[in-house]
Amino acid sequence: MSVVRASIQREPIEPDRVLAEVGSDEDGAVLLFLGVVRNHADGRSVRGMHYDAYEAMAASEIRAIAAEAARRLGTDRLSVVHRTGELAIGEVSVAIAVSSPHRAEAYDASRYVIEEIKKRLPVWKKERYADGDAEWVEGTVPPLATERAR
Amino acid sequence: MSLSVKTLFFAAYRELLGTSELAVEMGQGATIGDLVRELRSRGAPFDALPEEPAIALNRAYAATSEPLAAGDEVAFIPPVAGG
Repeated sequence: MSVVRASIQREPIEPDRVLAEVGSDEDGAVLLFLGVVRNHADGRSVRGMHYDAYEAMAASEIRAIAAEAARRLGTDRLSVVHRTGELAIGEVSVAIAVSSPHRAEAYDASRYVIEEIKKRLPVWKKERYADGDAEWVEGTVPPLATERAR
Repeated sequence: MSLSVKTLFFAAYRELLGTSELAVEMGQGATIGDLVRELRSRGAPFDALPEEPAIALNRAYAATSEPLAAGDEVAFIPPVAGG
């Protein structure tokens, strides 16, 4: 099942446009999830986030994730975009729009996409703190292809 | 006979090694695991790489038992943190 869009981009994400890419006359549920840079982490004040990616692989992996969600949840009205580069507080790092005839499929597909992004998309983020320090955010070890195929 | 592969390093690994890309010569029949051991045996800072890092072979996650071929792109993937 081919989804509307699944991509990585350096330019700012426009949520309205991502949302407008889904929806159809047969869909009664339209859902938009935004991941946004927040101003705190573990009690420290954060002033921005740098996103680094293995762009060639991230582009194919995000398409694979979206296609899995579409196949499992039965809706191809799904658009997902992940941002890279320097982001300020409040900027959108990821947008996921999905529509389906009923709400359950849309919620499940959206949740599947964000959870898989966190597990396996080759993207890293460095928090820039108010005190001038910066650290890579502790991540998740991605599962091997062989483990996923089981 | 040897084969040359392109290794890629991202995020914390790139900063650790001070480079994002390195060509490595390996013997015929070498696996991803052999490549990791070869790099780690070079001493600092390479020995700070994990013994069993996540690896992507030609842009797909791969087991360390997989054999290498000339021209392969082998990426060392630190724990991921997208979203």
